Amino acid sequence: MDIFDKLKILTDAAKYDVACTSSGVDKRATAGGIGNAAACGICHSFSADGRCISLLKVLMTNICAYDCKYCVNRRSNDTPRAAFTPRELAELTINFYRRNYIEGLFLSSGVLKNPDHTCEQMIEALRILRDDYRFSGYIHAKAIPGADSALITRLGMLADRMSVNIELPSQSSLRLLAPDKSKESIFAPMGHIRETIRENARDIVRYRHAPKFAPAGQSTQMIIGATPDTDYQILNLTENLYKKYNLKRVFFSAYTPVAEDSLLPAPDTKPQLWREHRLYQADWLLRYYDFTADELLDQQHQNFNPYLDPKCTWALNNLHFFPVDVNRAAYRDLLRIPGIGVTSAKRIITARRTGALRIDDLKNLGVVLKRARVFITCGGKTADGVKITENTMLRSLLSAKTLEQYRFGFALEQLALFDQPPTHPYAGRTNDNGYPDGLRLLL
Amino acid sequence: MATQTDFAYYYDGSFDGLMCCVFESYEQKEIPVDILTAAAAPQLFSGRTIPTDPHRADRVLASIPKKLGPAALSFVKHAFLTCLPRKELYILLFLRLGYKHGPAVMNMLADGIVNTLFKAVNHLNRESHLLKGFLRFSVCNGVLVGEIEPKNFVLPLLTRHFCERYPEERFLIVDKTHGMGLLYQPHQAKVVPIAGLELPELGEDEQTFRELWQLFYDTIAIRERYNPACRMSHMPKRYWKYMTEFDRPQDSVKPKQLPSAGKLLNPAAGAEN
Repeated sequence: MDIFDKLKILTDAAKYDVACTSSGVDKRATAGGIGNAAACGICHSFSADGRCISLLKVLMTNICAYDCKYCVNRRSNDTPRAAFTPRELAELTINFYRRNYIEGLFLSSGVLKNPDHTCEQMIEALRILRDDYRFSGYIHAKAIPGADSALITRLGMLADRMSVNIELPSQSSLRLLAPDKSKESIFAPMGHIRETIRENARDIVRYRHAPKFAPAGQSTQMIIGATPDTDYQILNLTENLYKKYNLKRVFFSAYTPVAEDSLLPAPDTKPQLWREHRLYQADWLLRYYDFTADELLDQQHQNFNPYLDPKCTWALNNLHFFPVDVNRAAYRDLLRIPGIGVTSAKRIITARRTGALRIDDLKNLGVVLKRARVFITCGGKTADGVKITENTMLRSLLSAKTLEQYRFGFALEQLALFDQPPTHPYAGRTNDNGYPDGLRLLL
Repeated sequence: MATQTDFAYYYDGSFDGLMCCVFESYEQKEIPVDILTAAAAPQLFSGRTIPTDPHRADRVLASIPKKLGPAALSFVKHAFLTCLPRKELYILLFLRLGYKHGPAVMNMLADGIVNTLFKAVNHLNRESHLLKGFLRFSVCNGVLVGEIEPKNFVLPLLTRHFCERYPEERFLIVDKTHGMGLLYQPHQAKVVPIAGLELPELGEDEQTFRELWQLFYDTIAIRERYNPACRMSHMPKRYWKYMTEFDRPQDSVKPKQLPSAGKLLNPAAGAEN
């Protein structure tokens, strides 16, 4: 099998992994070596689906001993199989890197023979990159659940970031669709990585040149829409992962059918991209906007509104919070105004040091007033012709058509607007006991 | 109080030259209607030619960090690299504002002049950041060669990044818009004028890695998520021209028959042609 066939098969098998970032670590090439890493991360291209390409994202092999139902590489799937040798993979990475195609390597793998053997193959590929090529570029390695913790530690010493995919947001979903995995097999390596990062950070304080373990931290991803887990459950799990496991990122991946199975959504189901989008928006609110999961959703409202982003939904539910005076409000409060993001809020804080801001000044700062203007005052004044009422706030966030639908209710119009009839077995089912899948037990 | 004049300053297009215009503006207590390079706008306005005097330029340069703070100096240097029309006049007006208000000028984002320059510098920074990713090298006779057509003069902002990335390589980045090139060999870099550049015929290995990259690019996209508008907003089409993944007939997405893996990845086969 030639390198083209291998690359095609092992890219195709890896593309459902959504982590693509190359951020979180700043490094320069070592003497006689190659490669640096920028803390902000660098996107080298964008694929036809609009997703960023910054790393050579491939599997070591797609030969897998497991049989997870949602996975394209499951043992029972009749698909072409291939495996890179560690040296092939290292050379491909370096040659792409030299031409500035990529920031580094994202290496995952199917479980070949057993987790330890797989992990050793990955370690050898990274060792060639780090030792033989003296490569200082970015490497993201997937920890193989079930591998010996000493091997995971070695892998993490060679990588910048590590991840363990949660795959499915609850224990019962896992049991259903990924019978070979359990919450223990996922959270044990995640906990091990967290502890090793902590110990390593202490070592670095003591010995400046101690080798770094996963300096860009760890991340995870979960699949959205293959199981009946609600946005509220997913967001709570996400929040806990940030708090308890110190994760750098949680990625969401709308389930794309790759297999037919009575337990899975029908093969013609469209991926719930809008839902994934809402979860990413909410994730940003957790990480950069100082929101908590409980502010965005609750027991009564377990799913995001398809028409309104989570911040706007929060604003409509908290009208008493507005209007906010941009000349006095704290940074945290500015961030809660619909239409004002991190950049605008920082500019406002900077600019108002030199004098009181008027509404027109905000335009100059690049603040998008379309939504914001009905939520703010400047020195007690509102924008010209704006009355701050619940009605104007609603209108500023919604078009006339969607406003009607919004008022009419939530459940019906989901069908009308998104034209996604409920085709999978869980559609339309509601959760009646809040945490049906023992999510709280999981964490 | 400076008077607004109806004539322009002409300068030699260098940063030092512009600093001399600032000196002149203060010495004569006047604000020119524009600051132009003689080459760009010969005699469009009646004007005065400002000679470049290193001594005067140094005096202005030394005063900026002292009166406006070090951030303002680096800001002005960046502003000079932007493609903002009439950037010279804006820089002069910004400095005049700064000499009056001190370091606070960097916070006066609602001011028209400060704001215009900040936007231009943001554009410059964004473009140089994008090009750190979108620039493509071809390996020609062991040298990495890449071409770009940026709106702003980004080469000075790319220098450090690429020198740190490839400390042991020799590379050349050609800015076709400005007719300049960044030349690097271990361990020195230089920005020099480059008139025209003909790349030699691509070697077999280079061709192979290009096609491997194209294969990867096509394969990594998920069909069910096809979203060209999203791609375009992240990666505007004007950057595509020099990107390897788009360098092929648009309808042929299938890779051609190519040399086998053994040949390609055998280290004994020697260095790049």
